[in-house]
Amino acid sequence: MELDALYQEVILDHYKHPQHKGLLSTYDAQVHHVNPSCGDEITLNIALNNGSISSLSWDGVGCSISQASVSIMSDLVIGKSIDEARVILDNFVELMQSKGLKTGDPEILEDAVSLAGVSKFPARIKCALLGWMAYKDAVLSASTK
Amino acid sequence: MSELDVAKIRKDFPIFTRTIRDGKKLVYLDSGATSQKPQSVIDAEVNFYSKNNAAAHRGAHQLAEEATEAMESARQIVAEFLGGEVDEIVFTKSATESLNLLAYSYTSLITKDDSIVVTEMEHHANLIPWQQLAERTGATLKWFEVDTDGRLDLSSIDTVITEDTKIVALTHQSNVLGTINPLEAIVARAHEVGAVVILDACQSVPHMPMHVADLNIDFLAFSGHKAVGPTGVGVLWGRSELLEMLPPFLFGGSMIETVTMTSATWAPAPRKFEAGVPNMAQIVGLGAALNYLSTIGMEKIYRHEVKLGAYLIERLSSIEGLRIVGPHHMESRGGTVSFTFGDIHPHDLGQYLDAQGIAVRTGHHCAWPLTRKLGVAATTRASLYFYNDESDVDALIEGIIGAKKYFGRS
Repeated sequence: MELDALYQEVILDHYKHPQHKGLLSTYDAQVHHVNPSCGDEITLNIALNNGSISSLSWDGVGCSISQASVSIMSDLVIGKSIDEARVILDNFVELMQSKGLKTGDPEILEDAVSLAGVSKFPARIKCALLGWMAYKDAVLSASTK
Repeated sequence: MSELDVAKIRKDFPIFTRTIRDGKKLVYLDSGATSQKPQSVIDAEVNFYSKNNAAAHRGAHQLAEEATEAMESARQIVAEFLGGEVDEIVFTKSATESLNLLAYSYTSLITKDDSIVVTEMEHHANLIPWQQLAERTGATLKWFEVDTDGRLDLSSIDTVITEDTKIVALTHQSNVLGTINPLEAIVARAHEVGAVVILDACQSVPHMPMHVADLNIDFLAFSGHKAVGPTGVGVLWGRSELLEMLPPFLFGGSMIETVTMTSATWAPAPRKFEAGVPNMAQIVGLGAALNYLSTIGMEKIYRHEVKLGAYLIERLSSIEGLRIVGPHHMESRGGTVSFTFGDIHPHDLGQYLDAQGIAVRTGHHCAWPLTRKLGVAATTRASLYFYNDESDVDALIEGIIGAKKYFGRS
């Protein structure tokens, strides 16, 4: 059933046990993003060191898809270089826009491939992308400081 | 048992013959967003395009005459439905446009010394136009607050509506809470200080008998698509003397009396407010929609929804962890019920219900200040109409219980 493709165990796990949730007090940039269609919100703090993401923390409210997605994203990008993270981000955005036709590269996306089912539900793609777009914005903001 | 034969009524709505998500029966509980359409409304639009299509109020030919006649008959139907005069009915493309029309038309009549009053439970469509009017003119925006039961706090009525108040704009029935607002005291106070009362009746015109003269209000807006009519048509009703006094909002063809290269004068209302070729087929469809509702009977529709609403609230209240946001009893309340359910986010609940064929609305319902005030980021909303019955409520309850099991796994 398509619902099970959407709500995979790993998503519900991340929803119940979100990673890197709770804002750290030191950061280079802080961004706040909202999804105006449903009211979901996220605040994301990022710190960079030598072109790498040295820390990322976030807080927010939202559905399981948006919360799990930002949790998975945090795990993926922390410790990576900005360039490596950009490849992950591009892959994820492409997966979300695939209308259910792609499964995602587990080598690059790891747990994020569990969100592939979201691409079949047009109304939910924004939920999954909320945290990633906040990340993109935060990196830009921190790099241009 | 309801006075309405819901099974028979549902046969008038072709959409109920289709299935949802792999063969599930459609349980449509989102009429607060938009209603479904009976065949007679669909036919009215098709007939107009097939037989009478031409530009109304223009042209010297038979089709133009028929199109004009079809559109003006619909205006007559709307006037009778609301208990107003024919010339008091302005067709717009939506209730949102009706409210914006008023907010723009009032610009030159409002000054920085005036105040505009709204409520905390307004849909964005009846909040932002007034915020913007206040910003354009320097007027003060004031509002009635909402209490924890989802009712307007009128204890401060004399300090909210004051001598400088020119406009009081409020919803008749909240699209989130289902609360039906008491108008009598508000209208009396507004008129006492010389303010006009503008009623957003999107959630009441489709659901209960309405008579503008009895309500003693000055303007009323509603949309066709929530009243089993087509999208693309809204109505603004206004007292004739006020429509006559107000300047137009949109300028263009057919709203004029005379035009020179440097000036123009306006046609009398309602034409003054209807620039451009109107949405004729949709207006004709709206006429068919209101005729359909009248045939069923607005009193019966109202009683059916109150009874079904009571059943919905009773069943929802029996679910552990479910919190109804808004009044818990049916006094001064319609069949729209918003709720939260434990730690299951409304978006996830709505998605699960959808997989069972159940259509609900989730989110802030275009009333963000209200949901923020009530301390909920989002809610799930079930909104009833006369084509719903107890089986729809039962399906929803079963769905909610199923969602708890589904998301509680692992």
